Amino acid sequence: TTTGLILFFQSGRPLGAGVRLGLGLRMNRTKGDEEEYWNSSKFKAFTFDDEDDELSQLKESKRAVNSLRDFVDDDDDDDLERVSWSGEPVGSISWSIRETAGNSGSTHEGREQLKSRNSFSSYAQLPKPTSTYSLSSFFRGRTRPGSFQSLSDALSDTPAKSYAPELGRPKGEYRDYSNDWSPSDTVRRLRKGKVCSLERFRSLQDKLQLLEEAVSMHDGNVITAVLIFLKRTLSKEILFRELEVRQVALRHLIHFLKEIGDQKLLLDLFRFLDRTEELALSHYREHLNIQDPDKRKEFLKTCVGLPFSAEDSAHIQDHYTLLERQIIIEANDRHLESAGQTEIFRKHPRKASILNMPLVTTLFYSCFYHYTEAEGTFSSPVNLKKTFKIPDKQYVLTALAARAKLRAWNDVDALFTTKNWLGYTKKRAPIGFHRVVEILHKNNAPVQILQEYVNLVEDVDTKLNLATKFKCHDVVIDTYRDLKDRQQLLAYRSKVDKGSAEEEKIDALLSSSQIRWKN
Amino acid sequence: MAFPHRPDAPELPDFSMLKRLARDQLIYLLEQQHEVDKLYKVENKPALSSNEQLCFLVRPRIKNMRYIASLVNADKLAGRTRKYKVIFSPQKFYACEMVLEEEGIYGDVSCDEWAFSLLPLDVDLLSMELPEFFRDYFLEGDQRWINTVAQALHLLSTLYGPFPNCYGIGRCAKMAYELWRNLEEEEDGETKGRRPEIGHIFLLDRDVDFVTALCSQVVYEGLVDDTFRIKCGSVDFGPEVTSSDKSLKVLLNAEDKVFNEIRNEHFSNVFGFLSQKARNLQAQYDRRRGMDIKQMKNFVSQELKGLKQEHRLLSLHIGACESIMKKKTKQDFQELIKTEHALLEGFNIRESTSYIEEHIDRQVSPIESLRLMCLLSITENGLIPKDYRSLKTQYLQSYGPEHLLTFSNLRRAGLLTEQAPGDTLTAVESKVSKLVTDKAAGKITDAFSSLAKRSNFRAISKKLNLIPRVDGEYDLKVPRDMAYVFSGAYVPLSCRIIEQVLERRSWQGLDEVVRLLNCSDFAFTDMTKEDKASSESLRLILVVFLGGCTFSEISALRFLGREKGHRFIFLTTAVTNSARLMEAMSEVKA
Repeated sequence: TTTGLILFFQSGRPLGAGVRLGLGLRMNRTKGDEEEYWNSSKFKAFTFDDEDDELSQLKESKRAVNSLRDFVDDDDDDDLERVSWSGEPVGSISWSIRETAGNSGSTHEGREQLKSRNSFSSYAQLPKPTSTYSLSSFFRGRTRPGSFQSLSDALSDTPAKSYAPELGRPKGEYRDYSNDWSPSDTVRRLRKGKVCSLERFRSLQDKLQLLEEAVSMHDGNVITAVLIFLKRTLSKEILFRELEVRQVALRHLIHFLKEIGDQKLLLDLFRFLDRTEELALSHYREHLNIQDPDKRKEFLKTCVGLPFSAEDSAHIQDHYTLLERQIIIEANDRHLESAGQTEIFRKHPRKASILNMPLVTTLFYSCFYHYTEAEGTFSSPVNLKKTFKIPDKQYVLTALAARAKLRAWNDVDALFTTKNWLGYTKKRAPIGFHRVVEILHKNNAPVQILQEYVNLVEDVDTKLNLATKFKCHDVVIDTYRDLKDRQQLLAYRSKVDKGSAEEEKIDALLSSSQIRWKN
Repeated sequence: MAFPHRPDAPELPDFSMLKRLARDQLIYLLEQQHEVDKLYKVENKPALSSNEQLCFLVRPRIKNMRYIASLVNADKLAGRTRKYKVIFSPQKFYACEMVLEEEGIYGDVSCDEWAFSLLPLDVDLLSMELPEFFRDYFLEGDQRWINTVAQALHLLSTLYGPFPNCYGIGRCAKMAYELWRNLEEEEDGETKGRRPEIGHIFLLDRDVDFVTALCSQVVYEGLVDDTFRIKCGSVDFGPEVTSSDKSLKVLLNAEDKVFNEIRNEHFSNVFGFLSQKARNLQAQYDRRRGMDIKQMKNFVSQELKGLKQEHRLLSLHIGACESIMKKKTKQDFQELIKTEHALLEGFNIRESTSYIEEHIDRQVSPIESLRLMCLLSITENGLIPKDYRSLKTQYLQSYGPEHLLTFSNLRRAGLLTEQAPGDTLTAVESKVSKLVTDKAAGKITDAFSSLAKRSNFRAISKKLNLIPRVDGEYDLKVPRDMAYVFSGAYVPLSCRIIEQVLERRSWQGLDEVVRLLNCSDFAFTDMTKEDKASSESLRLILVVFLGGCTFSEISALRFLGREKGHRFIFLTTAVTNSARLMEAMSEVKA
C-alpha cells in the first residue's frame, strides 16, 4: 500500500511549490538547476544523495530541535495535548525526528485505539516506519540496500534528550478536561490548539467574557472558534446585538460567514446592522456563481431594486441590460454564423461568445460585425452607444480599432469627418489625431492612410516624431520645407532610400531657389 | 557596481537551520504514513489514485476542507475504505475542523499540523509564503495569521536569541507584538541567558505605506518580479528569455553570482554591467589560446566549469533584460513612469487623471489601471467625486460591471476612496490643478492640498522629505539615497520610517508623522538592557513586513545597510508587488 500526498493549490500558488523549493522535495525528477541549487553550499538541501552527510545534518538538526524546549509542552497537562478540540486523538506536532512508535507500549495502545475507532483493518499491519524505512526510500519509492538503519537508531547515541511527544495515549490517561478553566485560561488553551470544551459557558455573561478574552488576545483563529460556539448557542438576534458593539469580533463573524458560504445568515446580519449597501453588494456577488446566462440575467433582475447607492444602482441596471442584449446578440449571431450565409462571419469567424463580456468589448464586437446596422437593432453600435451613454471619446476609440482591424479605411475616414452647416467638411478627432495614428499603425494601415492622419496632428513636434517613427517621408519632408529647415532636411536625406522618389523630392527642394531657408 | 558590504558589516545568522527544522518535521509527519509514492497537485478535480491512503498537505482554508470532504464522501458512497490524513500548514484552524464535522467526515480523517512558517528564500530574506495574509487582514479584518506571525517570531528568538530593541508601527504590528510577548512569557525564560544575535526588530504594517507597494519597480529584482513573477524565490523564464524552445525555472538568490551583482541595481545600469561582464568572460575564454597541454588541462579541470556556469547565467539575465525592454517599450513605460512620478510629487493631477482614463478606455491591463487609480487616490487622499464617478464608470464599462465589487473592496481597504463632497479646499485645489500644467505651478496645488490637510501623503512626504530635491541629473550609478530604487524620484516611505526610527532608537520627534499615518496608538518601542548584546548584533536589524514587502523596499534597505554598516534581514508574510496587491482586492479572478 502506498499513500498519495496531495498538495493543495490556493490563492493561485501551490503550497507545494514552497515546500518543494524550500525543502528539496520534488515533484518531477529534478532539473539541473534545482539540483545545483540544492547542492550548493549555503542553501544545502536534503538531497538524499550522501548518506553520511544526511545523517550528520540530521543530527545537527536534531540537536537544534532538542534545544527548542518550547515546542514541546512538558508541563503537567501534557497528555491533554494529544486530544484535539473535540476529543479526537491526533498526532501532535513534534520538532523531533525521533519516531516513538514501537518503543513505547502506550503508544502502541494508542494506535490500537485509533484503529478500532477508525476501523482501518490494515492499520495494525503497517510496518513501523522507524525500523523499516530510511528517509531516502521514503521519497524515492524504493529502498536502498544498506540504508535500513533507522534514523532514530542511528541517532540514539546523541546525548540530548528527546522531546518527541508520543502519539495517542490510552484513553485512561486523558483527564476530564472539561473542568474549570477560566475564560482566559480557556482562550489561552485554544490558542495552543489544545482541546477545551466551551460547553460550560452557558450564561450570556460567560460567553461574552470568553469572547472578550479572545479578542484581547488578538488570535483570529480563537476569536472565530468562540464565535462558532456563540453562533450555535445564542439566538441570532442576541448574537448580532452583542457583536454590533464588538467590531473586531463582528468582522471575524462576517468573514467566517462569507467563507463558509452562509449567505442567509450574512444577509440577516447586514440587515440587522442596517448596512444596506453591503447587503446589496453581498447579494449581487452571488451572480458570479451562476453560469447559465439566462439564470444569471434573471438573478441580476432581482438585484436591480436593491438598496445600492444611486450611482451603483445605475451600474447594476446597466449590467442587467447588457447581459440581456448579449443574450439576444449571441443567439442571433450564432445562428448567422452556423448558417454560413453572412460574409463577415465567414471571413472572420468568432473566436468566443460575447456573453459576459464588458461593455467596451461588446461595442467593439458590434462595430466589427454589425457596423452598418440601423439604430433600431439591439446589435447596432449606435444603439449600444445610446443605451449605455457611451462617451464620444470611448465610442470613437473603439469604432476606430474595430474598423481599422477590418482595414475599412472609408469607415475610418467617415468617423472623423464632420460637416458644418455650410456643407464644408472638416476632420475632427475627440481623441487627438496622434492617438488615431498610433491605433492605425498598430493595425498595419498603409503609409498613404497613415500619412493623411499624421498630417492632421496639430503640434509640429509630435507630427514630426510620428512621421519619422512611421516612415511617412512626405510628411517629414513637407514639414521641414514649411519650417524652412534646410539642415534637418539634409539630415533626413540620409534616412531615405538611395534613388527613391523621396530622395529626388528632397534634392529638388534643396536646389530650389524659391525657398528662403532659415539655415 | 554592486556595492560590496563594508568590511565591518556584521555576519548574517545562518537560516538554513530553519529549513532543516521544517523539513525534518514534515518527514516525521509523513513517516507516520505509509510510503509516499506519489505527489499530486490538486486543482479541484475529482481525484485520482487507487492508493489506500491519502494524505493532504493543505493551507487551512474552508475551500480545501470542502474538497477533501467531497472526496471522502464519494469514497464512502462507493463503499471504499481508505485512510485519510490532513496535514495543515502552518496550523489548523477551528473553522476547518468545524467544516470537517459538518460534512460528516470528522473521525474519518486524522489531522496534523506542520508548523512550517519561515521559508528562507535567501541569505537575508525569510518569507512566510502567506500571500492571503494581505486580504485576510487588510480587507476582511481577520486576525487569523497573527498567531502564526507571533509563533514565527518566537521561533526566531528561540534560535537566534532575544531581540534587545523592538519597534513597530501599525495596528497589526502591535497585536502581533503583544501576542508574541505573551508567548514568550508563557514559555518563560526560554530565551533568557541567550546572547542576542539580532539587535533590533522592526514590525511594520503594509497599510502604513501602500504608496511604495503600488509603484512600478525599476531595480532589477523588482522589475523581474513585476515582469515574470518570482515565486518562492524562483522564476520561470519563458522561451523569449532562454532563446530556446523551452522555459527554464531559475532560482534567484545570492548564490547566483551574476544575479547577486545586479539585483539591487537600477535597471538602466544593468545592461552596461552585463555587457562588461560578457566581455570579461570572453577574455577569460580566450586565454586558452596559446596554452600548452598542461595549462589547458588545468583550465579545463578548474576554470571551465565556473566559466560555463557564469556564461549560462549571463545569457539568461541578458535574455531577461531584452525581454523586459521589449515589453516595457511596448507598453510605453517611460510615459507610465512619468505619470507615477507626477502623482508622487503631486503636480499635473489633471494630466495624470486623463492618462489613467485613456488607459482604461483602451482596455490596457485591468490591474494596471486599477493600480494607477489607487496611486492617484492615496497620494491625493481620495479622488474628487466627479473623477471617482467617471473613472469608475469607465472602468466598469471597459473591464466588466462585476468589478463593482472590486471597487467596494478597495474602498473598504482604503486603497481607492472618494473625497467627502463639500470640501471647499479640495474644490479650489482641483480648479487650480485644472489650470496649471507646468511643474512650477504644480507646487501651488501642492500648497493647497497640504493646507487641506486631508492629503496626508503629501504632508508625510514633506515631513520625511520623500521627494529628494535634485539639482541636475540623479546619478543612478552612484546612488546617494534610497530614492535610487525609484529612479531618484521618491524615497520609499516604509524604508524612510525605518531609517528614522533606527537613527533615533525611538519614535521621538516623529509624533507628527505618526499622527498623519493615523498610527498614534500603534507606534511602539520596547528596549531591554543591552549589556549582553554585542556591537555586531546591534548592527543587525530584522524588519518584519505584515502584509508583504516588495523587492524595491528590500533593495532600498540593503542600500541603507551598506551606507551605515548595518545589515537588514527581512521577514515578510509574502513578497508582494503592485499587481499582487490589486489581484488580492479584485473580486473577479482572471
